[in-house]
Amino acid sequence: MPEPVAPVRLRMRVNGADHRLEAFPGERLLDVLRLLGMTGVKEGCGEGECGACGILMDGRLVNSCLVPAIQALGAEIVTIEGAATDPVLRQLQESFMERAGAQCGICTPGMVLAAGALLKRRRDPNEAEIRRALGGNLCRCTGYVKIIDSVLHAARRLNGAGEGHP
Amino acid sequence: MPPNRIGSPSRRVEALSKLTGAARFVDDLGMEGMIHGITIRSPLPRGHLVGLHLDPSFDWSEVTVVGPSDIPGCNRVPLLDDDQPVLADGIVNHAEEPLLLLGHRDPAHLERARRAVRVEMLELPGVLTLRQALRNEAPEDPPVHPRGPLLKEITILKGDPGSQWGAADLVVEDEVETGAQEQLYIEPQGMMAWVQDGVVTVHGSLQCPFYVRRGLEVVLGLGPEKVRVIQAVTGGGFGGKEEYPTILAAHAALLALESGKPVKMIYDRAEDLAATTKRHPSLTRSRAAFSRQGTLLALDMELNLDAGAYTTLSPVVLSRAALHAPGPYRCQHTRVHGRAWATNTPPHGAFRGFGAPQGCFAIERLMDLAAARLGLDPAELRLRNLLRRGDTTATGQVMREEMDLHGLVELALAGSGYRRRRAEYEGANREAGPEDPRRGIGLAVFMHGAGFTGSGEVRLASRAGLELGAGGVVRILAASTEIGQGAATVLTQVACDALGAPAASIDVAVPDTSEVPDSGPTVASRTTMVVGSLVERAARGLREDLEREAGLAADADPEAVAEALRAMARGGPRRWMADYEHPEWVQWDEEAYVGDPYPTYAWAAYVAQVAVDPLTGETAVEDFLALQDAGTVVNPLLAEGQIEGGVAQGIGFALMEEVVWSGGRMANARLSNYVIPTAMDLPRIRVEFRETPAGYGPRGAKGMGELPLDGTAPAVLAALDQAMGTRLTRIPALPEQILPGLQAVRGPASRGGPGLQEVRGPASRGGPHA
Amino acid sequence: MRGIPQDLDIRSPGSLAEALDVLGREPGAWQPLSGGTDLMVLHEAGVLGPRRLLDLSRLEELRKTRVAPDAVEIGAGCSYMAIQEHPVVAREFPMLAQAARETGAWAIQERGTLGGNLANASPAADSVPVLMAYGATLRLSSRSGDRLLPVDAFFLAYRRTALRPDELITGIVLPRREYPVTYFRKVGARRAQAISKVVLAGAGSWEDGGLECRIGIGSVAPVPLRLRSTEDTLRRWAGTGDWQGRATDCLMDEIAPIDDIRSTASYRRAVAANLLLAFLRRAEAARG
Repeated sequence: MPEPVAPVRLRMRVNGADHRLEAFPGERLLDVLRLLGMTGVKEGCGEGECGACGILMDGRLVNSCLVPAIQALGAEIVTIEGAATDPVLRQLQESFMERAGAQCGICTPGMVLAAGALLKRRRDPNEAEIRRALGGNLCRCTGYVKIIDSVLHAARRLNGAGEGHP
Repeated sequence: MPPNRIGSPSRRVEALSKLTGAARFVDDLGMEGMIHGITIRSPLPRGHLVGLHLDPSFDWSEVTVVGPSDIPGCNRVPLLDDDQPVLADGIVNHAEEPLLLLGHRDPAHLERARRAVRVEMLELPGVLTLRQALRNEAPEDPPVHPRGPLLKEITILKGDPGSQWGAADLVVEDEVETGAQEQLYIEPQGMMAWVQDGVVTVHGSLQCPFYVRRGLEVVLGLGPEKVRVIQAVTGGGFGGKEEYPTILAAHAALLALESGKPVKMIYDRAEDLAATTKRHPSLTRSRAAFSRQGTLLALDMELNLDAGAYTTLSPVVLSRAALHAPGPYRCQHTRVHGRAWATNTPPHGAFRGFGAPQGCFAIERLMDLAAARLGLDPAELRLRNLLRRGDTTATGQVMREEMDLHGLVELALAGSGYRRRRAEYEGANREAGPEDPRRGIGLAVFMHGAGFTGSGEVRLASRAGLELGAGGVVRILAASTEIGQGAATVLTQVACDALGAPAASIDVAVPDTSEVPDSGPTVASRTTMVVGSLVERAARGLREDLEREAGLAADADPEAVAEALRAMARGGPRRWMADYEHPEWVQWDEEAYVGDPYPTYAWAAYVAQVAVDPLTGETAVEDFLALQDAGTVVNPLLAEGQIEGGVAQGIGFALMEEVVWSGGRMANARLSNYVIPTAMDLPRIRVEFRETPAGYGPRGAKGMGELPLDGTAPAVLAALDQAMGTRLTRIPALPEQILPGLQAVRGPASRGGPGLQEVRGPASRGGPHA
Repeated sequence: MRGIPQDLDIRSPGSLAEALDVLGREPGAWQPLSGGTDLMVLHEAGVLGPRRLLDLSRLEELRKTRVAPDAVEIGAGCSYMAIQEHPVVAREFPMLAQAARETGAWAIQERGTLGGNLANASPAADSVPVLMAYGATLRLSSRSGDRLLPVDAFFLAYRRTALRPDELITGIVLPRREYPVTYFRKVGARRAQAISKVVLAGAGSWEDGGLECRIGIGSVAPVPLRLRSTEDTLRRWAGTGDWQGRATDCLMDEIAPIDDIRSTASYRRAVAANLLLAFLRRAEAARG
């Protein structure tokens, strides 16, 4: 057997808090985050197809199951556990609850983060843009209808609009 | 916040925990000293197990190893039959069959252990496809199954179809196929198990805690008080976690017993795809007689299901398939002959719809074929044959409840602009240029029986109820599992409605077999109707007691009810339970297969509109109207969500979800290769409800969870008929089948190139032979 | 998860010079790792052969896109998202932006890189036919210097490229010019997160009565193909007689699709022909 690889020391900022940890360089960021207690980051496929492991890394949506730990050195990471302190993500949580965007809930954290990545880039997306932005987040329960309603609802609220049906 | 009553669009009770990531699914759980478990599986579909060789150069000292000889009770998964072993012993009957279990605290060491196991088998011939089974090609020595290749047979007979062929103006024959479909819950199967004080507890992703408990009692040789099953937050089930988790629970429990440590077993996606149950593939040959005006005179259907290697739930799937195959049509002479066949593939099992999608597909394709032959619009042919109140079904069930299928269909046609658009597409397709989409619009009419088939509910003898506890909180005690469908919220609304209490007074107990009664499995579109009615009855009992003992006014407002509950709670915990009472107006003869197989049906008319890209055969569903009458809708927001999600699964079933079989194994066992619809593949699915209260569910609510899986694929295929100008009879209808059909119709105007050939479908990819 | 994390030795050089130095000293011992969207999938399936990965993610040099008067050079470490977002690339090489937008989905596009896609050498790569159509040249760098290789010459056999063991792809050079006729189409099993069944890109113009074009196609041969023979036919016959028929006949001879887990040879043939015809229709429309 080849010589075992030594773990490396990593520091990363997760949901605004600094973490210093040790991990194998090839360990999945998904597993590192879950071991840190961020169990809201889910494993649905381990192949980067379902998006359930989606997080924001340096502001960009990535599948944490495909990121080796060493590439997250010094990264700024946001998971669903950090949503409460982010106005866009927090509004999305509210909207998803209001518009029934979550059913079984397993795709939900990744879906909220993907929607968050979209709204941070584009304040007023139309339905086609939302579908494209969420194209890498599989949901088996909802048919995406109420997920899209939730994102539209959140965008309206964030843009200062009041109540109203999408 | 709107009042939390039946009919309120109330927020899901567990929404907050799901939106914050706080909800704990099984893989989020952990215990001190926990080890992980994995399964060594058969690489071959059939053979004698000669040996399981553990590489001696590997460090096995701390690896827990469990084989069939370590099973303390019976090496059998108790279900309808007991033909399925928990671990294969001697003979292997399907690829991916579990052989050996390994456990270790370090997942990396465990993975190395997996690589250090060599499975030695002597391959035997097997039967790998339904067509092979039908051609009597099943090997006999040893037989593919102890009872022979035919596992179950059902015949429904009404009148004498044979008497009608001669005089009929039209006789049509059809052969249709549906493929296997994977449930694809986004949370893979997972289970934790531990032993403490002689009690084995499993905690995991599951739909039916009492099925699992019974399984563990048999496998471990323990009494029910020594086994405890708890449902964790479950990320989707769709039937895939109805019976399968019993096997995973048994495996985890065996490792826990052997190691003395808590065990966690989570399937990775590739394993989940390849090894667990799927929808039964079907092959149905039908024949129908019509009058010139389109009256259905006789129907004869040979419906065949591929059960896989063991019986599991196939007899009941077959039953529901056969019962739904005649469709919502009046017909005096009907015969449905259903058969479930054993093949050497991983056993097929429950998946939302449970046989009805297969039966529905056959009858709706047949009706569309007949319409074309008769020169009638397919909608018109339906309207001429729909069941009316007072008619009898193929099993002689009299349609007693208020129903207006004609009205429902007309509403769907109007709401979708079906007639206008059908004519418009006819013209547009004729004029279409080489890159213009070909469009079509299609209808399906269907129903889904709510509750367990036949005497099932009697056998289940469900019990559910309420417990008033500290602080005046009323806990709902039921085995119904929240798996995303909204069961916890719906039962809460039912309780609130009957009690007149505010939502804050109601809590739903975690389905834990040591805490809740057996209210039956969370399947068969029964939760709202059957369990809901038990909760309602218990709640009424509690309400009566509040009025009688605490002097609560009959018109008390929710806050007064809450106060009365708090007052009554000071006297200590109390329970109000309700047991299933079979309505005497539901009469079923299991022997003769005659009577009322279901107490009530949800009725539906779905309209799909598609656009086919003539360059590639890719099909986009551009519009979809799902109209149904499932009685009273308890929560409109959640009910819409159920239908929207079900239609999405149905579209996947129709157009893209294919299991590619190779050597009896799923060859495309990766999410990149087994594709389900993404947000870019679906339209905004429009959902409408007509509410005709009926049956014994709360305020006349019926079941609807499975309904959308029955009629979505037939509606899509009917739309494809128009778009393509030719008719497909097999799903999934992939671009590989659609493009040649389209080009054949278009003629020489645009060149397809000399390499074009008729593609026969999955056969060319190692699938079933024609 | 079938991969064993502690089996992966990953080294992260801080500069291109350092990375090339490592490769120069131990050629063939290190597998370059870019965004991880291919290699990590293999690792999780337990089938990643190489155990020593050279992480290129810290090399800022590879993420720069240089705009010169006659060419744009995209850094090999540019993500698909960066490609879509670059104003010059999006404006002058719209097919590349489109291919980037149709690769996987957002999360994949934020990590996957053009260099990684090229080195991975899948015959189904969406961007490669586009690079062929735009006449791209690859910059291959080693300790001893750079060489430029046309993308058409890069793919030698199934998953084998002309990249030497001590080299890295550092840039993709796209000549800036006008293309009156372009066509890109990727055909997959669904509209997002799909591996292509057929992917075609064509770019051309009418010169002296003939159609000068470059056509690249993927998923119909062991390597992405440049359809030289079909291009020659078009150069000669475009605009006369049944030139479309001649071209599709030629196409059928140039491609060699197979039945595989995703699709069939006959479907791929039919779609390839249809996509070529679509390109030719646009050419016809541009002629007048």
